[in-house]
Amino acid sequence: MSTQEQKPEPDTEPEEPESQEAPVEQRAPASPQQRRMQRKASNLAERERQAAEDEAKLEGDTVHLKVFRFDPEVANKQEPRFDDFHVPLERGMTVLDALIYARDEYDSSLTFRHSCRQAICGSDAFFVNGSQRLGCKTQLSELDQPVRVEPLPHQEVVKDLVVDMEHFYDQMHSVEPYMQQEDLPEGDLAEMRQSRENREKIKMSTRCIWCGACMSSCNIAAGDNQYLGPAAINKAYRFAMDEREDEEIKEHRLRIIEQEHGVWRCQTQFSCTEVCPKDIPLTEHIQELKREAVKKNLKFW
Amino acid sequence: MYEHDVIVVGAGGAGLRAAIAAHEAGADVAMVTKLHPVRSHTGAAEGGINAALREGDDWELHAYDTMKGSDYLGDAPAIETLAKDAPEDTITLEHWGMPFSREDDGTVSQRPFGGLSFPRTTYAGAETGHHLLHVLYEQVVKRGIQVYDEWFVMNLAVTDEPDPNDRTCHGVVAYDVQSGKIEGFKATNGVIIATGGPGQAFDHTTNAVSCTGDGQAMAYRAGVPLEDMEFVQFHPTTLPSTGVLISEGVRGEGGILYNEDGERFMFEHGYANNDGELASRDVVSRAELTEVNEGRGVEDEYVHLDMRHLGAERILDRLENILHLAEDFEGVDGLVEPMPVKPGQHYEMGGIETDENGETCIDGLYAAGECACVSVHGANRLGGNALPELVVFGKRAGYHAAGADLGEAAIETGYSEDVEDETNPDLPVTPGEAGLEPAGGAVAADGSGQVLDEADVLERAVEAERARTERLMEREDGVKHADVRAKLQRAMTRDVNVFREAEGLKRALREIRECRELYQEVAVQDPSRTFNTDLQMTYETRNLIDIAETIALGALVRNEFRGAHWRLENQVRDDENWLKHTLISWNGGKPSIWYRPVILEGEAKTYEPKVRSY
Repeated sequence: MSTQEQKPEPDTEPEEPESQEAPVEQRAPASPQQRRMQRKASNLAERERQAAEDEAKLEGDTVHLKVFRFDPEVANKQEPRFDDFHVPLERGMTVLDALIYARDEYDSSLTFRHSCRQAICGSDAFFVNGSQRLGCKTQLSELDQPVRVEPLPHQEVVKDLVVDMEHFYDQMHSVEPYMQQEDLPEGDLAEMRQSRENREKIKMSTRCIWCGACMSSCNIAAGDNQYLGPAAINKAYRFAMDEREDEEIKEHRLRIIEQEHGVWRCQTQFSCTEVCPKDIPLTEHIQELKREAVKKNLKFW
Repeated sequence: MYEHDVIVVGAGGAGLRAAIAAHEAGADVAMVTKLHPVRSHTGAAEGGINAALREGDDWELHAYDTMKGSDYLGDAPAIETLAKDAPEDTITLEHWGMPFSREDDGTVSQRPFGGLSFPRTTYAGAETGHHLLHVLYEQVVKRGIQVYDEWFVMNLAVTDEPDPNDRTCHGVVAYDVQSGKIEGFKATNGVIIATGGPGQAFDHTTNAVSCTGDGQAMAYRAGVPLEDMEFVQFHPTTLPSTGVLISEGVRGEGGILYNEDGERFMFEHGYANNDGELASRDVVSRAELTEVNEGRGVEDEYVHLDMRHLGAERILDRLENILHLAEDFEGVDGLVEPMPVKPGQHYEMGGIETDENGETCIDGLYAAGECACVSVHGANRLGGNALPELVVFGKRAGYHAAGADLGEAAIETGYSEDVEDETNPDLPVTPGEAGLEPAGGAVAADGSGQVLDEADVLERAVEAERARTERLMEREDGVKHADVRAKLQRAMTRDVNVFREAEGLKRALREIRECRELYQEVAVQDPSRTFNTDLQMTYETRNLIDIAETIALGALVRNEFRGAHWRLENQVRDDENWLKHTLISWNGGKPSIWYRPVILEGEAKTYEPKVRSY
């Protein structure tokens, strides 16, 4: 297994963009504005001194990343390995920021999905120091070094940190993840009514960003490839609990999730709930659906 | 080769809505998108959807507010179409299960937003875009619409008649990111571009890394004019360190902006004596930067947005997502302290010139959403008007491409003999690609004027893209695309920002030219065909260069102050000379600039330009 040691070059600091020049209005001398500018000037000196001190503390500080590498068609990457990257640390830097830096400055073949940088697109779930986390939402300052970044476990690796998401998407699609109510209220612009309480009840379940962290963390899903998994069951919950859908449709949904590889597989280990970056109480939702399924079955007894 | 009736490029809000409409109209429709649909940047929209749903409001008020917000650069037929269609299209979303916030009687909630005369912004917490995106994707799954995800569309397959108005689009060429293969997708009825904005032309932006203006660049190089590109919205409330968006909903609910001295500057310094924080976005962004430039900014960089007085209950009910964003991306607890905010690039008002049916001047080529310019937003987009634009014009483009009759469009497209040409643009360098390389592999490159049959057009486009890719992959040593992109972003952020002046704009054009020259040397380091993001980002950077240039060109020629576009040399709105759209045509690598008058005549009335104050 080969490893690359790469150190930052000393003069690769990105240039600070210059700030916008705007027209400064001329004002009478000794106006509050002028006094303010003077005070600013002295404050500025103090702040610059402080900033220089802070920089001095950070200077030379790098974060050590160990990143999983694999490429099925590149000779020296066909055997999985870890590459080391030493990235200059900046305040507020996230795992994603460090990966972007490593890619743009050291190795442009370093491959990972990412898009929004703000925890809404769900592209950048990785296995960071042994747990499933979104790269963009994970501060380096919270992590022990070296920071190990690996692809999500229990999914096939396509390349480096990119995993095959097809199975995850198939499971999401299998619970009929769409509103089925077709009996709409009469009249122009008439919406279906939904109580505030009911909206609140489904609120957390609607926050799922399909990142796949939960599925990757789940022992059951690892052992049973057909298990629907926490995200898909949560998607079913989102509709089953929505009062805008008829009772009949809800029963249809409960039949989907109580199949052999559905809710009853869950052993309430809470690993999905722990890793969910959107704090969705996944295990609770699965438990609640189990109770609903029991109630439905009693009704038909 | 793949074949469908309608191909939708991009799977954000506009693309998904277009695909659903085309499917409803009976077409075999497929989506080709470089991201999986739920990763699209529509998901980051926070605020809401403007629609006149309630008693006391009507579409005409919405249209008037939008025209005023546009600083009289929106076209009335487009604005009126938006305002009339938005209510029904918003309720359709509700019927599809959209989890809108609710009133006590169970109806959907609406809140005030900047520049609106009625609280008509329909919302789902502060994560409206996320819910919109997921609801639309759910409907695509329900209908079994084919999605080719992680397929990057590289170019359009367009015929090569000399006049772009005579050309026809027959499909697209796409690159399968997972396998690296390049294939043609034939569209028998039409191609709809819905690829979003070009925010990555700037380095402080709310936009995703994937917002690289691909569709705009492809349409531009194929011969469709880009319209009003100089109008770039800088959102007044983005987090200083990352550019993450803090919704206008915070101000809509009563959030207040303070400078370092604790002054409520929107009122105390007279920027907007009536509406204060809820003035239009361009007004608030300029006010904030003026505060900072005059020494009243916090740490000389930003201002404070305070929502503490709203109380934890209301914040948690309506703005919870904002608390998470401020905490995760700035380390600030919005319940106990004010949030630091500054302006950041947010939205491109301009784009691919279309009519109100989404059609461009090229037969069979459509565009909808942020990548298009229909034009609804004119010189400044109102908050809450982007999401209704996605659903209204996405739907219309989808129906039209599938062959449904939407009536004749009132808006003209394409260059014609009777438009006004810009004859003396005073440019510091020659724009475009003349003398560098053929026009990005566009089929029109040979200029023969020969009309090819459809299959040939697509095949030639595929071959051109394969050849381009080989060249990029074969080069051994060269410039990194990341360095070219970073240089471009710095130039745009420094000189094509909120406050603009001729000298800075010329400097930006020179730097963009340097980026083009550097790009000639760009080399892809990653030798793999599997998930080669090095290669994909290299294609994207080329698109950004072409788009950034149109933004800077438009900004240089438009010597007036209108909406989001401010010029040092002429700080007034000049209706006598500038009540017109700026259009830029690629002309096979030799861009030209021309103008078309704005349409202020609506269905029942003519909108008279008035002084715009808030």
